[in-house]
Amino acid sequence: MGTQDIIDTLAGIEPGSTLDAIRARRLQARENAQKSYLALFEPVDAGDFSLAERAVVAAFATGLHGESPVAAFYRDKLAATADGAPLLDAINAEIERGKTSGPYGAYPAGPLSIENKAGLIYRVSAERKPVLGARLVAALEHAHLLLFQPRDAASADMKALLAAGWSSTGIVTLSQLVAFLSFQVRVVSGLRTLAAANA
Amino acid sequence: MSTVNPPVAFTQDELGWVSWIDPLPEAELTERHYAGLVDRARAKSEYFRLLVRDPEVLEARTKTDKDIFYNVADGLPRAERELAAAATSRYNGCIYCASVHARFASTYSKRRDDVQRLLDEGVGADLGERWNAVVKASVALAATPIAFGPDNIAELRRAGLDDAEIVDVINGAAFFNWANRLMLSLGEPSK
Repeated sequence: MGTQDIIDTLAGIEPGSTLDAIRARRLQARENAQKSYLALFEPVDAGDFSLAERAVVAAFATGLHGESPVAAFYRDKLAATADGAPLLDAINAEIERGKTSGPYGAYPAGPLSIENKAGLIYRVSAERKPVLGARLVAALEHAHLLLFQPRDAASADMKALLAAGWSSTGIVTLSQLVAFLSFQVRVVSGLRTLAAANA
Repeated sequence: MSTVNPPVAFTQDELGWVSWIDPLPEAELTERHYAGLVDRARAKSEYFRLLVRDPEVLEARTKTDKDIFYNVADGLPRAERELAAAATSRYNGCIYCASVHARFASTYSKRRDDVQRLLDEGVGADLGERWNAVVKASVALAATPIAFGPDNIAELRRAGLDDAEIVDVINGAAFFNWANRLMLSLGEPSK
């Protein structure tokens, strides 16, 4: 018996419900969304991206989407990690500073330039840099970029992460974690909306 | 040194993709990596040899992707799952992802001109009631904060989608918020 399905739990899907039956028709997707979660948060090898760092980035990324059962879940996960409490305070403050509306950003110069949309360029506040450290400061700034202005991402952003001590493998997992959470928070929101429409 | 020739418009043409950080060399792939690639042929792709640096995540991601899009025993027609992927990619600004899934949407729907209008005019293009509902729901789900709400559900239902088909829209659109962010941030498209 494995861990309880995280999307079902966060979306409030009960065994035997209509949505449970619908999700069962995409069993591979359901099981592998769960395996994605486990591979990111209970990895076989956390050498390039520690469990504590994963918890910090996840609380930040989901919190930036606004209050939700998903945000609460990852906040609790961070609070439960060793030394998580002071980090959670820092992350809550940074979420407030980073909240905005996306997606925005620029296209390569040309016919799409008329669709360019300016927005917040998020940087961690100077006062919270000491508690977070260089790796997490770079990771949070990158996570914000991915969440709100993904089309602005550039090779220079990879160099910033490498300079802050991230390995190439760590960058891949960091990117997967932020991108996966973008998926998870939306599946949960969508399923909750559908369930409420049927209530 | 490789020359990158980035596209400046959305297109249904086939594009290449160039990584900004080093993929694993094919010669260094082990059985653990091949399990992560799922299809051995993906060892030829720079994108997958980059993602395979974390093989367990790649394997689970790939199998999630395949079931959401290829499992068409029931539920939403493949064309409309691809439409959700293309609309999400258009809205997030992923020219590479949009090219792949616009092509698939055209292939499965035989509505290439309508798909091209989505790319040219953007997510506000009028594509008829059913496609408009799918595009609008995908866009609402891609926004941050998420704007997907009961109006989207009602609109999808009026367009004839049942709950299982609506879940396919949610899955397909949500998945591309994952895929777009990897493609946009780890490298760039090239013509």
